[in-house]
Amino acid sequence: MSGYLQQLLVGTGVTIEVATISLLIAFVLGLIGAAAKLSSNRWFALAGSAYTTLIRAVPDLVLMLLLYYSVQNWVNAITDLLDQPQIEIDPFLAGVSVLGFIYGAYFTETIRGAVKAVPRGQLEAGAAFGLNRWQIFSRILFPQMMRFALPGISNNWQVILKATALVSIINLHEVIYAAQAAIKGSSWPGGAQMLFYLSMAALLYLVLTTLSNFVFAYLEKRYAAGFEQLAR
Amino acid sequence: MIDLIKQYWQSYLWGSPTHVSGLAMTLWLTVSCCTMGFALALPLSVARAAGPSWIRWPIWLFTFVFRGTPLYIQLLIVYSAIYGLEFVRNTPGFGAFFKDALNCTILAFTVNTCAYTTELLTGAVKATPRGEVEAARSLGLSGISLYLRIVLPSALRRALPAYSNEVILMLHATSLAFTATVPDILKVARDANAEYYLPFPAFGIAALLYACLSVTFISLFRKAEQKWLKHLSTT
Repeated sequence: MSGYLQQLLVGTGVTIEVATISLLIAFVLGLIGAAAKLSSNRWFALAGSAYTTLIRAVPDLVLMLLLYYSVQNWVNAITDLLDQPQIEIDPFLAGVSVLGFIYGAYFTETIRGAVKAVPRGQLEAGAAFGLNRWQIFSRILFPQMMRFALPGISNNWQVILKATALVSIINLHEVIYAAQAAIKGSSWPGGAQMLFYLSMAALLYLVLTTLSNFVFAYLEKRYAAGFEQLAR
Repeated sequence: MIDLIKQYWQSYLWGSPTHVSGLAMTLWLTVSCCTMGFALALPLSVARAAGPSWIRWPIWLFTFVFRGTPLYIQLLIVYSAIYGLEFVRNTPGFGAFFKDALNCTILAFTVNTCAYTTELLTGAVKATPRGEVEAARSLGLSGISLYLRIVLPSALRRALPAYSNEVILMLHATSLAFTATVPDILKVARDANAEYYLPFPAFGIAALLYACLSVTFISLFRKAEQKWLKHLSTT
């Protein structure tokens, strides 16, 4: 029981870590994807559309298994070819990069919509004042884009947080893994302990999603500074 | 790869009359769970939007818990934990129901989509313009007929785009069914991969089938929006 609690805490740590790093990867991919989709270059725009359409049409779990097993297979093929010992892909690395890659497509759409919501005149005004492209992006576009993007980002974060439950399927030791390990090692009779451990895991997720709701409510208020009256 | 397709194409699509699997199973899970979830969510959302507070907060708690926890855990609880309880196994009706993986999966998915649907329908009901309700009242409508004729028709229209999202999410969520041994598309893909050890084609075919289903559902909902949201079209 106390061993389980410890394992559960470690699992919670892994869950938060996986979710946060995936979020960062997804956000960066989302910025790149949105830039591609909004670009005037036809091929970039096409690649961006292909990325968002294909990824969002297929369940995350299917993509996760597809990428995890296929990449491992290809790595094995390469090491066999070079007569090297096999390399096991680290489940943490795999989980994080697959989640980041999948949710990058959702972030692309969120960020694209937010960028389009910033009035063009403001960017032109920035250019008229002699700001360079990076200054326009970091001082005018990004802060305002975030205001429009935050509700979508908050949504995506909640989905990513809950999707971390799936990475136990590819052998990552997070909350559910801890619960299942506890069930196997438990000496309690019957199925009551299973219900208990799984409920504990569910409760942890509930706490995490509720806490992040508060954080995003705060962030939304911050990025809406100066717009509060308008919003009401 | 040709062998894989030759041996498994039927399982990927519909299996056999005695053992439905693949696309047919995924479709059945999606349609049955969404239909039942919607039917349950409709009264719940009206009660949540307009009922007395002792009925509002339990519904809020229900949606809060089921939207705040991963569906995978919910499925594990329904599929493995509940049947593990002794009194459930010993109660004849319960025992037989929870022993069947498909029953458990459909139950877990239905309750989950019901929570999300309740939330989005509540929003749509609450967004009913006051004037519409006042106009209906002034014409003598009240209670059930007010809801059936005025509030719900317009609320359901407003909810349609969000609901189409929910159905697509549910379609994607059904891929969890394989963890409860239900033979959906992903389960067939895993079996095929286990036999041939060709992960890319095995899961690639599954991804393709899911993508086709997504596109089909999206175009059906687009048709529905064209029909029921005609008054909003800008063209």
